[in-house]
Amino acid sequence: MSPKATVREVLGGFWSLLVGMRITLGQFLKPIITVQYPHQTLKVPPRFRGHIELVLDPETGLSRCTACKLCERACPSESIAVDGAKLEGQKTKSVTDYRLNFTTCSLCGSCVEVCPFDAIQFSKAYNVVSYRREQFSQMDLVAQLEAKKQQWHRPAPPPAASPAPAPAAADGPLPAEGKAS
Amino acid sequence: MNFLNLEPVRLLLYLVGICGFVGFNAAYLVLAERKIAGRVQRRPGPNEAGVGGWMQPFADVGKLFAKQVMIPPGVDVLLYCAAPLMVMAPPLICLVTVPFGEALVARNINLGLLLVFSLGSINVMALLFGGWASRNKYAVISAARVVSQNVAYEIPMLLVVITILMATGTMDLNEIIRQQAGGFWNWNILKGVWTLTNPLMPVTFVIFFICMLAETNRAPFDMAEAESELVAGAFTEYGGMGFGVFFMAEYTNIVLGCSLATVLFFGGWQSPIGVLSGPIWGPVWFLVKLYALIFMVIWVRWTFPRTQFYGLLNLSWKILIPISLFTLLLSGALITLTRVL
Repeated sequence: MSPKATVREVLGGFWSLLVGMRITLGQFLKPIITVQYPHQTLKVPPRFRGHIELVLDPETGLSRCTACKLCERACPSESIAVDGAKLEGQKTKSVTDYRLNFTTCSLCGSCVEVCPFDAIQFSKAYNVVSYRREQFSQMDLVAQLEAKKQQWHRPAPPPAASPAPAPAAADGPLPAEGKAS
Repeated sequence: MNFLNLEPVRLLLYLVGICGFVGFNAAYLVLAERKIAGRVQRRPGPNEAGVGGWMQPFADVGKLFAKQVMIPPGVDVLLYCAAPLMVMAPPLICLVTVPFGEALVARNINLGLLLVFSLGSINVMALLFGGWASRNKYAVISAARVVSQNVAYEIPMLLVVITILMATGTMDLNEIIRQQAGGFWNWNILKGVWTLTNPLMPVTFVIFFICMLAETNRAPFDMAEAESELVAGAFTEYGGMGFGVFFMAEYTNIVLGCSLATVLFFGGWQSPIGVLSGPIWGPVWFLVKLYALIFMVIWVRWTFPRTQFYGLLNLSWKILIPISLFTLLLSGALITLTRVL
């Protein structure tokens, strides 16, 4: 290498180091962009596919499910088990037990698509945790719906990067101890 | 005031003061490093332990103390145990001579600079011992790298220091600072430029800074640790507080290196504008300059990736040594010239 090229390489290299340092200093002075997850959460996108849940009909305050079992048949992995009964003074059957095996569910959405009453939808629950397998292998959607009714008057879900809602476990109520055993 | 001049009192004050200073710095520079790293990457860094993460050092130290000190089978026990002590002792001793203020120096040795540089190299020997004694291939590779790296960077570092010495004519750190009185234009980094004794003094500082990074094994020259290639290099087999001491020593070395840079180039405890000097403001100025330089060290670490080993040696032998030799020659010639004229 000629001496001129060497000098140019050394000076150019040093200049590039300074440019790099200017960039990192610029980033250093800019505000933080990460979301502090346990304290803040992002808004869950509307098309997010959590486990399925029963829809609460705002008019009746009950589930729209008539236990027609179309979802049970549509499920490719046989993850759904529905039971229904005719209640006093009603023309149609209503759901009494809706069990989802979330461990085998692939979130394909066939059940949601096939439902003629729009009685099931994808939930927004992404932080479902449990110490017990049964909470996932036998998710009790009816019990979850009952729990949701209790929260009916709670305020709307928070917008992006706002204080987090109640801890994760509140998202999906556990099936009662007695039922699981 | 006579009480303070008693030898045992001085010794005690030195031990307590330096250990406190070093402990505080080692603990909180780790936090500062992680915070700055976070900010550079647009995240907040540790912020869960205490407000803004100020208790993180306590958590870290508590964790390290709680860990078992394990001596792996097959290691050279004596060297293995001696290495953390040897890596920690030299910077502690070197801080004896560092003048934090005109009167705030444990012992003003008139060969202070020589003491610092003679003890500074023991750090390398400690890493060599630790790496060799660990009986681990990564540690041995790391130890070999550290030695060749430090041999390479000791040379330009000393050449730079000789350049400074020719201008100052003394190795007494306090005296070097006194010569830089009057304002920032009298600091060594700028003095040589306008008095024409060494117009390349800023370049000299850059070389000093690069060599300091290499001597303290800081990124982009952290060949000793190189966690992505050598696990943890010479520290692979160390755990708990043994590892913690290596970590503390790294930060103590940074503090020492930046103190030296402050003394040699930035006028130590001298005020930059000539006002606000005195026994109270002196240490304040010193610490401001010290931490500004330490910030730069951390800033450099989070900007540049680790160099390759060949690049590292090429930088020293092909670029830094020729340039520092040239500045030495130029400085010598100009000083002689100004004396003759």
